[in-house]
Amino acid sequence: MFTSQRGRLAAGILAAGTVLALTGCGAGGDPLEPGSEPSGDGETIIVGSAGFAESEIIAQIFAQALEANDVTVEFAGQIGQRDVYITALEDGSIDLIPDYSGNLLQFFDEDSDAKSSEEVFAALPDALPDGFEVLDQAEAEDKDSYNVTQEFSESNGVTSLADLANLDVPLIVGGNPELAERPYGPQGLTEVYGVDAANIQFVPISDSGGPLTTAALLDGTVNIADIFSTTPSIKENNFVTLEDPENMILPQNVLPLINSEKASDTVKEVLNAVSAELTTEDLIELNGRNQGDEKASPEALAADWLAEKDLF
Amino acid sequence: MNAIAEAVAWIGDPAHWTGPDGIPTRLAEHLGYTGLTVLIAVLLAVTLGLYIGHTGRFRGISIGATGALRALPTLGLLTYLAIAFGFGIRLALIPTIIVLVVLAIPPLLAGAYSGVESVDPRTVDAARSMGMTEWQILWKVEIPLALPLIIGGIRSAVLQVVATATVAAYISLGGLGRYIIDALPVRDYTKVLVGALLVTLLALALEGILILIQRLTVPAGVRATRSA
Repeated sequence: MFTSQRGRLAAGILAAGTVLALTGCGAGGDPLEPGSEPSGDGETIIVGSAGFAESEIIAQIFAQALEANDVTVEFAGQIGQRDVYITALEDGSIDLIPDYSGNLLQFFDEDSDAKSSEEVFAALPDALPDGFEVLDQAEAEDKDSYNVTQEFSESNGVTSLADLANLDVPLIVGGNPELAERPYGPQGLTEVYGVDAANIQFVPISDSGGPLTTAALLDGTVNIADIFSTTPSIKENNFVTLEDPENMILPQNVLPLINSEKASDTVKEVLNAVSAELTTEDLIELNGRNQGDEKASPEALAADWLAEKDLF
Repeated sequence: MNAIAEAVAWIGDPAHWTGPDGIPTRLAEHLGYTGLTVLIAVLLAVTLGLYIGHTGRFRGISIGATGALRALPTLGLLTYLAIAFGFGIRLALIPTIIVLVVLAIPPLLAGAYSGVESVDPRTVDAARSMGMTEWQILWKVEIPLALPLIIGGIRSAVLQVVATATVAAYISLGGLGRYIIDALPVRDYTKVLVGALLVTLLALALEGILILIQRLTVPAGVRATRSA
């Protein structure tokens, strides 16, 4: 009887301890905590971010740059995927969020035939719902990219998606499950680059080109993997990113998506100044510091970036 | 209600009953993961549970340790193991079965040891005084009397494993989780609901079968006493 109760107590304490330890790991500050004391003209801009680190870093850069210019800012980070944060934008829960040009365009206009970075940016204003606008886009870009190992690239003479059609080994593509449905997925490889559909297998791995996808490419489970182009693991593992001469994968420049009512001249000036400086290399470096051993917080990374660029 | 009607229509479409992504294939995969997991977990946990129940040893530590393991988030553990093994994607079945076994052990263990412990000590003493060996007591007295609780443990384990085996799809395997994990990012909520509905139906069906087995395993003598 006593043994029984003690046993259960021990189990309870162990379980509770584990839960506490695990939840403790993920806590990186309260995302809903207001950024600073109110100042300026009293209008508050609520800056949101999507549910992944890079978006939160860029959102922090936006927020801190605005704060430095006496705009009152609140921060609401990690708001899921596009359908969720667009809803938040439309119902006024947030006013501003960093987004990516190609995917944003496709979200509102599936049939758009814009291909180049400029075409996509030019098509956005018409596609966006009334009351919202995008400001200048940055040179910085983070898009889906097909990667192979250096060994695979050399032994098969592959450096571009256009080389895949002549491949004599089966192509085993690893990527998020939705890639199978995307126009730049396996069907795109067939339609745009002429790879025989019978020669393509698809392995769905649900970590958005993260460590599982990297591991699958390294251990040969797949021989080509869709990894976001600013992921540090591409460089760390010497993966070869295949060129996309036909622009099958839409450009994904970083840009601020904002509620027009909040887009005052000051806000526009500040955010455009940020976009003018933000490069793809910056994103790779910031992601690297965030995901690598340093585990730097998005707040700290944003502050460092602004200081390094000598902005505000 | 409309969403459910659409999901039911999806399930009724004959086109969804063939091929590698068809319902029979996904159902068979799902049952396969569940069966393999429960088999391994029963071998481990019921053996341990019978030992604990019979001897009363290592009770606290076993229950505490398995309970704590179960508190680990399954998806996190799955990703961690898949990467830590180095072959976790090529042989994705191994980390998947491990995380599901971890989930299945506590209820199985609890069923087995509490089943044996619930046997009236006077019955065990009577068996011993008749000259039965410890093995005979376990096999002929304790296990038959504990069987309804052991099956109860299996019932609870199967329920949890069936519901959680959807995570297999996260690291490239099949099963009913494929419908959920494939459809969520493309906002095909009908298909997500189909996956959830099928998992629910499967869980209910297995639950029904096991309740039946649980009733049938109550020894005749015990049943007579209870109804008296």
